[in-house]
Amino acid sequence: MKVTTLDRILLLVTCLLSAYQVVVGINGLENIPTIAYTMAFGVLLVAGLLILILGYGVLDSPVVVVVSTMIPLGLSLGLVWEYNIAWRIPYLVFTLIGFLAIIITRSTRMPGRIPTVILAFVHGVAGLIVFLLPCILAARGITNPGFALVGFGGALIGLGGLLLSFLKAGRPIVSREIILRIFPWILLLMTTAFVAGFAFA
Amino acid sequence: MLIIRRINAKARSYIPLIKSGQTGLLLSTGIAGYLSAHTHPDLAVLIGLAGSLFLAISGSTILNMWYDSDLDTVMNRTHNRPLASGKVTKKEAFWLGAILSMIGVGWAIYIDVQYGLVVFAGLFFDVVVYTIWLKRRTSWSIVWGGISGGIPILAGRILAIGQIDLVGLLLMMAVLFWIPTHILTFNMRYYDDYKSANVPTFPSTYGFEATRAIIALSAIIAAASIGVAGVMIGIQAGALRLMAVLSTGLLLLSFATVFRPSEQVIFSLFKYASIYMLASMILLSL
Repeated sequence: MKVTTLDRILLLVTCLLSAYQVVVGINGLENIPTIAYTMAFGVLLVAGLLILILGYGVLDSPVVVVVSTMIPLGLSLGLVWEYNIAWRIPYLVFTLIGFLAIIITRSTRMPGRIPTVILAFVHGVAGLIVFLLPCILAARGITNPGFALVGFGGALIGLGGLLLSFLKAGRPIVSREIILRIFPWILLLMTTAFVAGFAFA
Repeated sequence: MLIIRRINAKARSYIPLIKSGQTGLLLSTGIAGYLSAHTHPDLAVLIGLAGSLFLAISGSTILNMWYDSDLDTVMNRTHNRPLASGKVTKKEAFWLGAILSMIGVGWAIYIDVQYGLVVFAGLFFDVVVYTIWLKRRTSWSIVWGGISGGIPILAGRILAIGQIDLVGLLLMMAVLFWIPTHILTFNMRYYDDYKSANVPTFPSTYGFEATRAIIALSAIIAAASIGVAGVMIGIQAGALRLMAVLSTGLLLLSFATVFRPSEQVIFSLFKYASIYMLASMILLSL
């Protein structure tokens, strides 16, 4: 499906917001969250650029599954490191092992459902953290209420991930056209929510 | 009214002669070179730099097109260019190119002699060494094309700090190694065109596999050069992070070009490298 002019504008704004977040939005943090957030927003930025250059065909690449995992993993690691000190090291280990497991199961011809289970588990845990942790922190008054926007972004990333997963599995919830039509909107809304949420924190 | 219409039509036929995208990108490197010094920028000097570089780059591009008009006529990709299609005569193109070049270099020397000499060297390498002397003889001519492409950023830097320094040379090297990703992609994509015009290229001399490896290696060296230059300039941590992100994308595409080659991947590296270069220029200026 062709990338329309409107799609291009939306993707370009997404790229610019991601670039802004990498340059300005995460200044002054410790090393680990800085690296984690840079990875997450960096993937968003490069992915947006590649869709702009190559079109939606790039989403069919098997590499997308592995690379896109870096977004929830990076965001969740950054959030846990910043706001849940007791879980810092265990979650860092989970992130590294989870990501490695996804790479191994996706790059070898592993039989059965193991690759899907591992992907769903790692993605699920990371996604839940990105969704729930900011909402809980905002609700308890530990952070500014606006920080809940990061959770909203987390929900959107989950929605986008689900739509793409079903599409790649050949069992799309809605048609490929509809998914690709709303995809740039989801990306932009999600990135805006993240950038705004982190700014409020 | 008729005269105005004719002048308009003529001016419109001249515009494609300067390859606005390429000229704009090279101009942006010159401005970035100047701003990379992070001295207090002088607006008058900045306008002079932009104006003189624009004229010199445009002039040399037109002179290239003037000299290569016979090749452009043979090649499918370029046979619609104003000279090849007969919209502009060779004589007109020559004089336009020569006048723009002279004004550009003259203006550059007027601003600063050292800066002007470097601009002149870029024009000389591009028109005489690259286009007239080597382009039809050896595929290695692109090295000289690359050097002349790297001159604007070096010239900008020289204008700001008054001397050639390591950062300026690194920035020049970044552009020099970025250019193969641009030219060699074209060489592969329009292989038959270059073959029919008898222009020696890397793909026709060393094969596609070697060319892809050179593209990837060039992209890596370009990214490394600009990264080191960025650190030496002392750009902000955030800008450095973004440069790292964009460099990672460039490196991944370079590896894909070598290990999973396809026309789509090579084309995406070509496009991405241009965006990368432009973004890097902006970041160096911050």
